[in-house]
Amino acid sequence: MVPLSYYLVLSGILFACGVTGFLIKRNIITIFMSIELMLNGVNLSFVAFAAQWHQLSGQVFVFFVMVVAAAEATVGLAIIIAVFRTRETLNVDQVNLLKL
Amino acid sequence: MLHLILFSVFGLVCVAGAINLLVQSHPINSALSLIVVMGSLAVEYLLLGAEFVAAVQVIVYAGAIMVLFVFVIMLLNAGEEERTKGSRVSLLIGIPGMIMGSVLMAWVLITHSGTHAVEAGALPGAPREIAQLLFHEFLLPFEVTSILVLIAIMGAVVLAARPEPLQPEGKN
Amino acid sequence: MNPDLHLWLIPLLPLVGAAINGALGKRFSRQAVTGVALLFCGAAFGMALWVASQFSSLSLPHAEYLATWIRAGSFQADFAFYLDQLSLVMLLVVSGVGFLIHIYSVGYMWDDGGYYRFFAYLNLFMFFMLTLVLASNYLLMFIGWEGVGLASYLLIGFWFTKDSAASAGKKAFIVNRIGDFGFLIALFLLIQHFGSLDFTTVFQKVLPLSPETAGAGLLTAIALLLMVGACGKSAQIPLYVWLPDAMEGPTPVSALIHAATMVTAGVYMVARSHVIFERAPSALTVVAIIGTLTALFAATIGVAQTDIKKVLAYSTISQLGYMFLACGVAAFSAGIFHLMTHAFFKGLLFLAAGSVIHALGGEQDMRHMGGLRTKIPWTFWTMTAGTFAIAGIPPFAGFFSKDEILWRAYQASWIYWLIGLSTAFLTSFYMFRLWFMTFFGEYRGDIEESHGYESTAGHSRAGTPAPHDQGHGGIHESPKVMLIPLMILAVLSVVGGWVGVPGSLGGNNRFDKFLGPVFHATAPDVNATHASPGELAPPEKQTEGTEPKTGPATELIFTGISVAAALTGLYLAWLLYLRRPQLPQKIARSLNGFYDMVLHKYYVDEFYSTIFVKPLIDGSRAILWHGIDQGVIDATVDKSAEEALDVSDSVRHMESGNVRSYASWVAIGAAAVIAYMIWVASR
Repeated sequence: MVPLSYYLVLSGILFACGVTGFLIKRNIITIFMSIELMLNGVNLSFVAFAAQWHQLSGQVFVFFVMVVAAAEATVGLAIIIAVFRTRETLNVDQVNLLKL
Repeated sequence: MLHLILFSVFGLVCVAGAINLLVQSHPINSALSLIVVMGSLAVEYLLLGAEFVAAVQVIVYAGAIMVLFVFVIMLLNAGEEERTKGSRVSLLIGIPGMIMGSVLMAWVLITHSGTHAVEAGALPGAPREIAQLLFHEFLLPFEVTSILVLIAIMGAVVLAARPEPLQPEGKN
Repeated sequence: MNPDLHLWLIPLLPLVGAAINGALGKRFSRQAVTGVALLFCGAAFGMALWVASQFSSLSLPHAEYLATWIRAGSFQADFAFYLDQLSLVMLLVVSGVGFLIHIYSVGYMWDDGGYYRFFAYLNLFMFFMLTLVLASNYLLMFIGWEGVGLASYLLIGFWFTKDSAASAGKKAFIVNRIGDFGFLIALFLLIQHFGSLDFTTVFQKVLPLSPETAGAGLLTAIALLLMVGACGKSAQIPLYVWLPDAMEGPTPVSALIHAATMVTAGVYMVARSHVIFERAPSALTVVAIIGTLTALFAATIGVAQTDIKKVLAYSTISQLGYMFLACGVAAFSAGIFHLMTHAFFKGLLFLAAGSVIHALGGEQDMRHMGGLRTKIPWTFWTMTAGTFAIAGIPPFAGFFSKDEILWRAYQASWIYWLIGLSTAFLTSFYMFRLWFMTFFGEYRGDIEESHGYESTAGHSRAGTPAPHDQGHGGIHESPKVMLIPLMILAVLSVVGGWVGVPGSLGGNNRFDKFLGPVFHATAPDVNATHASPGELAPPEKQTEGTEPKTGPATELIFTGISVAAALTGLYLAWLLYLRRPQLPQKIARSLNGFYDMVLHKYYVDEFYSTIFVKPLIDGSRAILWHGIDQGVIDATVDKSAEEALDVSDSVRHMESGNVRSYASWVAIGAAAVIAYMIWVASR
């Protein structure tokens, strides 16, 4: 019998790793993958709570999260390709034309 | 008991994969570790009885989205990240910060949530039940998401398309 | 019940004229402007005459209520007009002399570019002055009071592009303001203690009060404060300094405002408030002392002046001193009598001086005049009438009024009489000095005769009157439009005093009797002797209308003495300025220091400047301007703008273009929000 809090801890660790990767990585694609990691951690949390409270809507919501993540990944990667074409680099620190 | 063991094992695999994602410098390695994470997450879902979600996780997430990532990495010929002063600083601050934050959060969660247990397979998430919910209560979000996907597809095509040449080629 | 005389029309008609000329006059022809101005002023004069004709059939005093102005609690002030013998005299003098001066100005200002503006201001002045004399309460009178100050400022600074004129206008207004401050406080005291500013109400309440013998008290305070206001308006010590500077204005302005009408407003006000003054003996003493000292002081300055208008200005101050002396010894009708005759002869003197200046093309320095009596005869004869009148030589007007004042002054204290007599001597001296220097002897100026060189200079638009008749052929007489008012005023200067011939000389002093109901019925009940605070206090309290202590024979002796003083002045002037013209210079050199001081007007202006003006300006500059305006107000605004700049300067580093820093900010923000929510949820 696994206490709910264990699931939440795991979810939290995944989320924290995602945030850390998002902040410390310089490759755009790696940053994107950290975002996906974050979303996964959240999904786990949803499913755990759905099991806890015996509500299936938790799982349905996970479904929606995945769909939206897919869409977001699609568009994001397309943008990355477009940026790569103009900037010739995947280093996010060099995409700084909006600097004041 | 078995539930706990399985949970711990695959939980450790998840965490290892996540940390590997952070540690690796080449994006392809990070992508592969992410796939590992998703796989073990699917097992976790199964442990909770969410069969449909686990299947979708593997098919859509690991099977489609991550494949897309790998294709893009291949297409853009992304190389290893350089080590610069800024990256060393952020590693120095970020990793200990993350560890501390995680420890703190874990401690808070465990001490405050009690030990209410979740049984294995507590809520069977059979496709039939999910479909019932999806097409009854959640019909509107479902339809909206489908339109969202359509827009995403169109957007991706437009954004990633090769730009038209500005001048016509010389008459030849 | 009296018929409605529509008194409100009398001030209103010139106001309409001022409005028309002010708003539209720029587009009118000269003739149209003249017509409008003369029409409305003449209409006011005509109405005044008509009111005078109705006068005997009225029961007095006659008050007319036009509209309620202020009603606040138990205090009420109305637009209401008041007619009694005193206001009738003032009304006729103001409107009559004003009308004559309007006519004169047509000729004098004809070549000026601001012709329409001049008449607009002049009509405006008439409006305010008539409001002042016809007002039925102190508040409406104060409107007129302030308004004539405003008109005076506008007219003194008429040629405003000239620095000295603009400064003179400012000086007049500011010094007047100081007097008005006293006036206002007196009004406040009146409201506080009597609940009203209406003449009838206030005087009825004051009437039963007994005179304040201790030298202090409410009525004394009110009277002294009113006197402060009068000092400002009527140019007495210490607020007389604006009047000589006011000669920067055109000569008709000097004649009307600074001789005949505005400066007499103070005397009128004191006379109108005689009920209060009679019950404050120490205030009366102060009035008398100020009047006497001012008379002597100004006369001494006038002796040394070389500008013809300045001599007349100091003469005006001196004569006003006489009027205040009269009021100060409770001889109010004598003061008003002198006011009337002074309006005639001083107005005449100024207008004639203007005629001389006009003839000489702008020359005002008497040292460059001389021998003009053959060249401008009409001016000469009219000015002669004025000079004899002011010197107090019988049977001219000034003699009767001045003599009355000296006689009443003697009955109060021989010191007043002695100083008044000396002033009369000096007056005669400097006036005849002016007369001799201007009209007799050799011509000392520069203007060529007959075939004058052609000059293209006309009157500049708003500059000084440039010599314009040099192209006409030398010195010439003024046009008829200027001469006729001179002649009318000359006649008045001769006969104007005959309404006040005293009993000792065979007349029955109709003027005093006419004003009797105003002044005689209000003497205080208590006649007991009181402790005199000083040696200048009157040894006996005289009330109006009672028989003088000494008989008519004594009066004749004193009359003789004052005539002798006047004739002595005439002789001395003839001696020094006609017979032996080198003598004045020798005397001046021998009196070196003293002469210098008198020439520089006892350095009073410099003294005021050092004590009051400079510290005020420097203090304002340092504290109010640099300290508060720049240091506090500007600094606050500037600093807050700078702060905004600084804040945004530091905040802008958030927008570095670095995506990762954006991400960090998002993460930090999210963490903060979540922490807050957890904290809230756990409470």
